[in-house]
Amino acid sequence: MGEVYVITSGKGGVGKTTTTANIGTSLAMQGYRVVLVDADIGLRNLDVVLGLENRIVYDLVDLAHGRCRMRQALIRDRRLENLYLLPAAQTKDKTAVNPEQMKELCEKLKLESDFILMDCPAGIEQGFRNAVAGADKAIVVTTPEVAAVRDADRIIGLLEASEIKDPLLVLNRIRPKMVRMGDMLDVEDVIEHLAIDMLGVVPDDESIIISTNKGEPAVLNSASKAGEAYRNISHRLAGDEVPLMNLENRGGFMDRVRRLLGLRTG
Amino acid sequence: MLEFLQRIFGKDSLKSSKSVAQERLRLVLMHDRLDLSPQVLEELRCDLMDVIKDYMEIDENKMEINLEQDNKCVALVANIPVVKMKRLPSH
Ligand SMILES: Nc1ncnc2c1ncn2[C@@H]1O[C@H](COP(=O)(O)OP(=O)(O)OP(=O)(O)O)[C@@H](O)[C@H]1O
Ligand SMILES: [Mg+2]
Repeated sequence: MGEVYVITSGKGGVGKTTTTANIGTSLAMQGYRVVLVDADIGLRNLDVVLGLENRIVYDLVDLAHGRCRMRQALIRDRRLENLYLLPAAQTKDKTAVNPEQMKELCEKLKLESDFILMDCPAGIEQGFRNAVAGADKAIVVTTPEVAAVRDADRIIGLLEASEIKDPLLVLNRIRPKMVRMGDMLDVEDVIEHLAIDMLGVVPDDESIIISTNKGEPAVLNSASKAGEAYRNISHRLAGDEVPLMNLENRGGFMDRVRRLLGLRTG
Repeated sequence: MLEFLQRIFGKDSLKSSKSVAQERLRLVLMHDRLDLSPQVLEELRCDLMDVIKDYMEIDENKMEINLEQDNKCVALVANIPVVKMKRLPSH
């Protein structure tokens, strides 16, 4: 029996969809049966990030209303046979599905998969309530900025209120150089404020943009730093112990100088 | 670059933008979290009462507690009428 993780943030554009696609793909690479659910009704996105946008016939709302069977609505990934997408509907009506229906849907998905990752829309309204309705656990995504961390704090409070205990944090778009210069909040700072467990840190990385252009999640690219971070995260989620990644590029000239001078680099 | 040099040499009392962010985050989270539900406030009131009762008799019905804030800090303000002091072992 699988578990449903909702991937949420409050604030928009911090990397929920990117995180869902990458963790999901990496879990599938490890052999788990994975279903990614795009719960962002009206703003379908996850299909494009996965490169599956041309294959959609039915969607989440069709399935919730019994207009199709599970097997018709789930789109199998092009590369991994145990990875599926349940796309969002592009209807304008966000009330096209309700929390009760989402719960039912999750129960059914859990019967035939190991991980269900629910890509939550931004905000704290109906879309959020739908996405958390059937969730067992939560992953909160934030970036090292005041507004994003603040919204994450609100979301953590709301998750607690809906009985989703101990959410895990993904800190996205860290820029090690800026952290070192004292111009960006660091991992410790964010953890201290939010007081939740860290699932992983993902660097700000151009390879994310390239992989989104291609519709191939960065975890498929062994040279991608962000991909490596997401692979580590997925292993942690699967229960393996993986130390937090060192985001510094240690080969650089300045790094060598810094090390010679005995300065901290991490 | 200039900013960096100024920072290194401490010419300016330029705070790093990170420490500014830290402080703003601390305040904004405190304010956001102030929005305590009536139940939580009631729990706090009861807990406080239990502690105080060991030392003095208070007028439970007139006891008031509130969180007050201005833009720099937050205070827990309590008004607790004392009815009678207990005889505590003197030192
Ligand atoms: N680690 C990263 N490095 C560089 N770019 C990133 C990173 N993570 C996300 N992005 C970019 O940021 C943008 C927003 O990401 P994404 O769509 O995953 O966010 P979201 O939280 O799902 O947004 P929304 O709230 O609109 O659903 C995208 O263009 C994505 O490519
Ligand atoms: Mg999204």
